[in-house]
Amino acid sequence: MIEVKNVTKIYKVGDSEVHALDGVSLKIRDGEMVAIMGPSGSGKSTLMAILGCLDTPTSGDYLIDAKDTSKMNEDQLAHLRAHKVGFVFQQFNLLPRTSALENVMLPLTYDGTKVKERVERAKKALELVGLAERMNHHPNQLSGGQQQRVAIARALVNEPTILLADEPTGNLDSKNGDEIMAIFQQLHREEHQTVVYVTHDMFIARHTERIIFLMDGKIVRDEKVKNPIQAGTQRPDETLSNGNHNGNHETEEVLQ
Amino acid sequence: MNVINNVRVALRALRANMLRSSLTVLGIVIGVAAVVALLSIGRGATSNITEQVESMGTNLITISQGRSFRPGMGGLSRSASLLYKDYEAILEKVEGINGISPYYSSQTQVSTTSRTTSYNVIGSLPSYLEVNNLEIEVGRFITDTDNLERSRVVVIGQDVSDDLFEGLNPLGRSIKINNVSFEVIGVLASKGTSGMGSADSSVIIPIRTGYTRVFGSMAVYNGNYTLSGITISAESQDVIDTVMNKVDLVLRSQHKLGLNDDLGFTISSQEQMLSSLSDISNTMSAYLGAIAGISLLVGGIGIMNITLVSVTERTREIGLRKAVGAPQKAILFQFLVETMTLSVLGGVLGVILGSLIATIFTYLDLITAKVTFDVILLSFTSSALIGLFFGIYPAYQASKLKPIEALRYE
Repeated sequence: MIEVKNVTKIYKVGDSEVHALDGVSLKIRDGEMVAIMGPSGSGKSTLMAILGCLDTPTSGDYLIDAKDTSKMNEDQLAHLRAHKVGFVFQQFNLLPRTSALENVMLPLTYDGTKVKERVERAKKALELVGLAERMNHHPNQLSGGQQQRVAIARALVNEPTILLADEPTGNLDSKNGDEIMAIFQQLHREEHQTVVYVTHDMFIARHTERIIFLMDGKIVRDEKVKNPIQAGTQRPDETLSNGNHNGNHETEEVLQ
Repeated sequence: MNVINNVRVALRALRANMLRSSLTVLGIVIGVAAVVALLSIGRGATSNITEQVESMGTNLITISQGRSFRPGMGGLSRSASLLYKDYEAILEKVEGINGISPYYSSQTQVSTTSRTTSYNVIGSLPSYLEVNNLEIEVGRFITDTDNLERSRVVVIGQDVSDDLFEGLNPLGRSIKINNVSFEVIGVLASKGTSGMGSADSSVIIPIRTGYTRVFGSMAVYNGNYTLSGITISAESQDVIDTVMNKVDLVLRSQHKLGLNDDLGFTISSQEQMLSSLSDISNTMSAYLGAIAGISLLVGGIGIMNITLVSVTERTREIGLRKAVGAPQKAILFQFLVETMTLSVLGGVLGVILGSLIATIFTYLDLITAKVTFDVILLSFTSSALIGLFFGIYPAYQASKLKPIEALRYE
């Protein structure tokens, strides 16, 4: 379980301060699948970075499995990133000129896993995302969707407590985006993997059971989705797929 | 922290960035090779010069016709001439002399039936051979009899023999010096040196023959025969100073000069010559060292450029590695191993290339270059330090960033 308590994040831009997060509190239970939505500048990526221990809050507490991260030093945070959190980026962030298998093995490099076991676990993670046959390909020999699946395999290889994804489908077409959603839902259903992702696409967001709306660094709504969309469902034409910033009437139907 | 593991990570990263790695190595190779080659050539040149001077004999004192600088008299002016009489006086009055050889030399036309060239024609005595540490290759040297009888005989250096007779046996052949016929009676053994004033390109005749038939009025001053110089070999190293002082006194009395008057001749020992030569060669070494230092700096800047150009990509890589759980020290260790590998590889290749260049110089007979251990150590260490600094510093900066900042670095 992860818990965020009254977290703020303030960036200094020149002389002025930008409050990217302004007193955010939330809890995500183990096995939950959650989407975070909001317009650009709402602080959703900042929140993701803090959840992934890639950044630290200006004030407030962030607890993973009841352990407070705000009191941890750099090495302890590195340990958390290695074992508790798997992070998927919008830009994939794979090492270039390095095979898919080696990319997936990367997190295991730093936690003392034996080489043989690393290869096995990386292969298993690649199988999970359906890329076992392309493990020796380099990123530039893979499509965008395949690259993102490699990135997901990399995030999963350490069996993290929580899988975080920042706009995982943002750089992909709808077909590839759908494949990513299928993987997330399968992980959620079969492995009880906690999955949290950011999106600004309502259709993508509704693949989860819960949507958190952010606006100006504050949580403005936290809603359950009544009937999550199953991956593979045709995207309805009328569904707002982009820039769904004023999705009020759209979410009415999912409110409990 | 698993060391082998981190080494493996670093090597994998190097392999993944082959072009960048090769360019960095190239920068180091060029810097190190330049330092090794230039310093080795400098060392070689220095010892070449020293050996040449030493081969002339170490107990030598030379008296030469000098120009003196007399303050208040309008700058340079020619002083009294060194005379043949001075030689006789030194021979009579100075003790501790092993051999003494007066000579008059002048650049003169020498011709055979087919060729005419200008050589340094030296008029001297039989003692010239021993005092100057020379040897006869074929034939004989001039004798006292040749001198007394003003015989028209000549001993030539190896280069002169090659030039004039092109491999034919020169003994007994006739050459013309200033249109006077001379018979070649001997050829000097080669000293292996070249250039002006070298024994290999000299033409030696008896000094009296020279005064009467070759040098003409140029060699006469106020009715006395003059000399270009006198070479003395002292009995031992210990008496050199005494002999020099005595020669000074004799010359002063010969020319009626007081103790404080300007002598007008230069009396110098081989030792002084050696020390001034070593000054020159030290200057040369410093100069070559400076050039080498600049090449090393250029190589270092090359490394820095490549590191800085790749810093964007590498900062993102560092961000990613941190994001998947790499602690800061693992990242620093990875970059340390990477740069060490490149520096050592570049250093080794550079030493090999530099030594090769030095060897080629030696092989082409340009200069006997000497590759010494301290040169290798110096260039190797400095390249390693440059590589280390330029490789580690940007990585250290990046590893301090939060993962999200490093990932967003542009």
